[in-house]
Amino acid sequence: MVQLTLPKNARMVTGKTWPRPETGGTLRKFQIYRWNPDDGRNPRVDTYFVDMDDCGPMVLDALIYIKTKIDPTLTFRRSCREGICGSCAMNIDGINTLACIYGMDEIKGDVKIYPLPHMPVVKDLVPDLTHFYAQHASIMPWLETKTNRPAKEWRQSIEDREKLDGLYECVMCASCSTACPSYWWNGDKYLGPAALLHAYRWIIDSRDEATGERLDDLEDPFKLYRCHTIMNCTKTCPKGLNPARAIAEIKKMMVERHV
Amino acid sequence: MRYLTARKRAEGMGASGTGTEHFWYMKVSGVGLALIVPVFLVAFGRALGGDRAEVLDRLSHPFIAILTALVLFVGLRHFAAGAQTMIEDYSHGGTRRALIILVTILSYGTMATGLFAIAKIAL
Repeated sequence: MVQLTLPKNARMVTGKTWPRPETGGTLRKFQIYRWNPDDGRNPRVDTYFVDMDDCGPMVLDALIYIKTKIDPTLTFRRSCREGICGSCAMNIDGINTLACIYGMDEIKGDVKIYPLPHMPVVKDLVPDLTHFYAQHASIMPWLETKTNRPAKEWRQSIEDREKLDGLYECVMCASCSTACPSYWWNGDKYLGPAALLHAYRWIIDSRDEATGERLDDLEDPFKLYRCHTIMNCTKTCPKGLNPARAIAEIKKMMVERHV
Repeated sequence: MRYLTARKRAEGMGASGTGTEHFWYMKVSGVGLALIVPVFLVAFGRALGGDRAEVLDRLSHPFIAILTALVLFVGLRHFAAGAQTMIEDYSHGGTRRALIILVTILSYGTMATGLFAIAKIAL
C-alpha cells in the first residue's frame, strides 16, 4: 500500500543547534536534514546560523558557508554552481529545486532544506539516484537509426530542430520526478517525468528512426500512464521546462497510432 | 539481497503492450458522460416530486429509459476503469489484484441490477 507515514527508523528528530557565528553580521537561521548511515541513529534536523553579510545570495552559497565555516561533516552534491550540472537538487522551502540558482531572498522566514523527497538517502542531502539514472538509460537516450547513409552528420531542418527546444535543456536533476506523487508511489515501474521528457526528446527527433519501438516500450499502464497530469513536475522544474506537456504529447502519439 | 543490476530493475518485465486503450476509453466515456448526464438530470429531474405512478410513467418513456440505461452502462464502466486506476496508484501486489476484481464485480453487479430495473419498469 501507499506509505502515509515514515518507517520508525526514518522519522526525524530535533538535532543539534550549532553556535552562532560571532561575526557581527546579519544572521539567518537554517534548518537542515542530517542523516549518517554509519551512526545507526534516526535522521535529525540541525539548526545553523549563517552570516548573510559574509555569504553569497544563493542557497548553495549558504550550504558552502556552513560546510566551510561551521560543520565540515554536512554532505551535499554540488559542481557547476550555475544550474547546468543538476547536482545540487534538493528540497528547499518545500520546493524541489537547484540550490545554486535558488536565491535566499525568495524564501520567507527560516530556510528549511531536505533531500529530494521519497528517495533513498545516501547521506544528509545526497539522494540515491541509481534507479532514476537506470530508468533514463532504459528509454535509449541516443539517436537510433536504421538507414546507414549518410555516413556523415544527419541534417535537420530549422523547424524540426526547434521541436527539441524545451526538451534538450533538461539536466537530469530529478527535481520533477521526485515531486511527482505517482513517482513516489510507483517509482519502481513508472518512468517519471524526467525519463519521459527525455523519451519524447528522442521520439520527436526527425533523425531518429526508432519511433515505433520507442512508443512500444512506453505502451504500458505503469511506465507511461501513471502520469495523471498533476503538473508538480512542471511547477517545480528549476530550468522552467514542461515535462507534463512532453508526456501529454507522447499520449497523443499513442492515441494517434491506436485510433 | 538480490544481485540485480540497476538497469534490470528499471526494465522490470518490459512494457505490457496495453494502456492506450484504457486511456482512450476514459477520454471517450468522459466526454460521453459530460453530454448525457446533464440531459439525464434535467429529463429525470422533472419527475421529482411526483407520486410513484408519475415517476414510473416518466421512467417507462422510451427516451428516458434508454437515457437512464446509457448513464448506468457508460457511467459504471467509466467508474470501474477509473477505480482500477486509483487502485493501481495506491496499492500493490495481491491486494491490488483483489481490489480490482472486487471493484469490477461491484460495478458490473450494480450495472446489471440497474439495467434489470429499467427493463422491468419500461417494458
